[in-house]
Amino acid sequence: MRHIISILMENEAGALSRVAGLFSARGYNIESLTVAPTEDASLSRMTLVTRGDENIIEQITKQLNKLVEVVKLLDLSEGPHVEREMMLIKVKAERSQRDEIKRLVDIFRGKIIDVTDASYLIELTGQASKLDAFVNAVEEELIVEVVRTGPSGIARGAKGLSL
Amino acid sequence: MELSGAEIVIQCLKDEGVEHVFGYPGGAVLHIYDALFQQDFVKHILVRHEQAATHAADGYARSTGKPGVALVTSGPGATNAVTGIATAYMDSIPMVVLTGQVPTPFIGSDAFQEVDTVGITRPCVKHNFLIKDVRDIAETMKKAFYIATSGRPGPVVVDIPKDITDPNKKIPYDYPKKIKMRSYSPVLRGHLGQIKKAVGLMLSAERPVFYTGGGVVLGDASEELRELTRELGFPITNTLMGLGSYPASDKQFIGMLGMHGTYEANMAMHDTDVLIAIGARFDDRVTGHIAHFCPNAKIIHVDIDPSSISKNVRVDVPIVGPVKSVLQDMLTVLKEGKKRPSSAALKKWWQQIDGWRGADCLSYDRTHAQIKPQFAIETLHKVTRGDAFVASDVGQHQMFAAQFYGFDKPRRWVNSGGLGTMGFGLPAAMGIQIAHPGADVALVTGEASVQMCIQELATCKQHDLPIKILLLNNGYMGMVRQWQEFFYDGRYSHSYVDALPDFVKLAESFGHVGMKVERPEDLEGAMQEAFDLKDRLVFMDVVIDPTENVYPMIEAGKGHHEMYLPPKSELV
Repeated sequence: MRHIISILMENEAGALSRVAGLFSARGYNIESLTVAPTEDASLSRMTLVTRGDENIIEQITKQLNKLVEVVKLLDLSEGPHVEREMMLIKVKAERSQRDEIKRLVDIFRGKIIDVTDASYLIELTGQASKLDAFVNAVEEELIVEVVRTGPSGIARGAKGLSL
Repeated sequence: MELSGAEIVIQCLKDEGVEHVFGYPGGAVLHIYDALFQQDFVKHILVRHEQAATHAADGYARSTGKPGVALVTSGPGATNAVTGIATAYMDSIPMVVLTGQVPTPFIGSDAFQEVDTVGITRPCVKHNFLIKDVRDIAETMKKAFYIATSGRPGPVVVDIPKDITDPNKKIPYDYPKKIKMRSYSPVLRGHLGQIKKAVGLMLSAERPVFYTGGGVVLGDASEELRELTRELGFPITNTLMGLGSYPASDKQFIGMLGMHGTYEANMAMHDTDVLIAIGARFDDRVTGHIAHFCPNAKIIHVDIDPSSISKNVRVDVPIVGPVKSVLQDMLTVLKEGKKRPSSAALKKWWQQIDGWRGADCLSYDRTHAQIKPQFAIETLHKVTRGDAFVASDVGQHQMFAAQFYGFDKPRRWVNSGGLGTMGFGLPAAMGIQIAHPGADVALVTGEASVQMCIQELATCKQHDLPIKILLLNNGYMGMVRQWQEFFYDGRYSHSYVDALPDFVKLAESFGHVGMKVERPEDLEGAMQEAFDLKDRLVFMDVVIDPTENVYPMIEAGKGHHEMYLPPKSELV
């Protein structure tokens, strides 16, 4: 089963490689991983998407908690939560294709953020499945480049993951 | 007080009460060695290879409970130390390893003797640090000792670039008295509700077994374990790492369990209805095939590390906490209640166990013309009155020592259990002897293992370490040969150790006493003579029966009920 785990960790050099190293050493898979500092510059927040049965996920959370630099973590999949991922996608957009692509971007509530006479650069935010759907909707030969951040997540409700 | 970085490193060791450091100098640690030279509180033991520095620090830690400290240079110094660090990590041994590093401006430039020590050691340390500012040394050292010794102990590496230790840059020094880390707070007590539940389950048991491991030794909980076991009257088995935490000579002790455990211990594991696992981690050498592991048991598991719980085997009553306090709480709960286990059920259980004991699974041919390794260990026990510190290397001799020495006290049996590091024994024995100058320290080793760190005989000479080396010489990598005999139709691929040195002359060339023993009737006298030489290292080359195998044995991937017992033809 897919799990999305939110990790609050010390914003220190090497902390990321401890997490990545743990996953490779113990044979767990990482589907995606995003990390950036939080409002408190001494802390980083990581969102990690992984797959595994109940036992594996239990071990993953325990092993992550054991890392000295991990302050707190939460398996977001255990409750209601919101996930968002951002994609930048560059597509060929020549005269005849421009209207069609623009319509598609509007339907997906994306933004065109750079234009040349031969291309559009599109920014799209949403759940991973929505980004997948957009990629599928664009004719394959038009796609020049795709870059995705991987999901970030946060739990619904008033409580937050903080110290 | 204004100190340089190098002086701070040494002062931190003093403030931690570290009296002994095992190390080897080199370019990146020259400032530190210079600071070391100018004081006499911290004593330095010069090894002959950095692997030995970490193993010696490890042996020191295992035999005392205090953190072992090693000091090595950058690059090859650090990589040589890695085997010892990984060994300590697998057995959860508190250790602080200080490694030199190239000056900070050179890091990442492939400078002379540069390796990414933090990167290389990351998977085999509890934590590691790279210090980038002289002002961070004191706090980092404090954290290193705190992390190494608290919770589930383990090795911590502190990587120190040379410019950080510059003797010309002095700063005010103040060693933090306490340290608090928001991201690291080991559990200090077990959950009382869970403890009560566990005690309830124990009291309802009809065929209970205590299965206890290295955590009891590390957590200094032998007293409590003894009291609880005696209070309940249950049988108890120890893992390889747990030997000595419960007296082997006690009637409730049913021996070691696992691959080379006793028949009674493994059969009791197979038939138990309530398994009480304490400070043990369900290692594959202990459990055998998971599908056959304790098929009828409810399992209680006490461990300080939550990630050990339900890792390999699902348990019914998990208790996260230090073994000592959890056992104390169990005793309190037990004493407050009136209930005791059913004596009728226990009587029946003990009858069954005594039946298994009747198989006499550790029997061997006592009339053989050659020295049997089992006999050698029994003789060692006799000569040392069961009161020596015994270090071992890895292989058949290790198993014979574990099976036949009969440890009655914790911290007396020092071996590499998790990683199985050949070459561990001699340097580990040095660490033990440094920590216990007057004590009998024996090294049980094989001719293959001992050659992996043989250069340390020089360290033993330099520092006057009167270790007694019992080399069980069968000319083979015995355990490899045994597996090749059982599972590869006797094709002894590269397990015969040809071109052995003359160990007597070798020992003598290092300035020690060498002895060669070939006949069973000479063994006790020779060993007595060796142990009477209080101030000399004696290297006993004991020629043993090369065909002897370690029994009982559970083949890898089999269950506890599927054991090989010693072949009857060899029985007397």
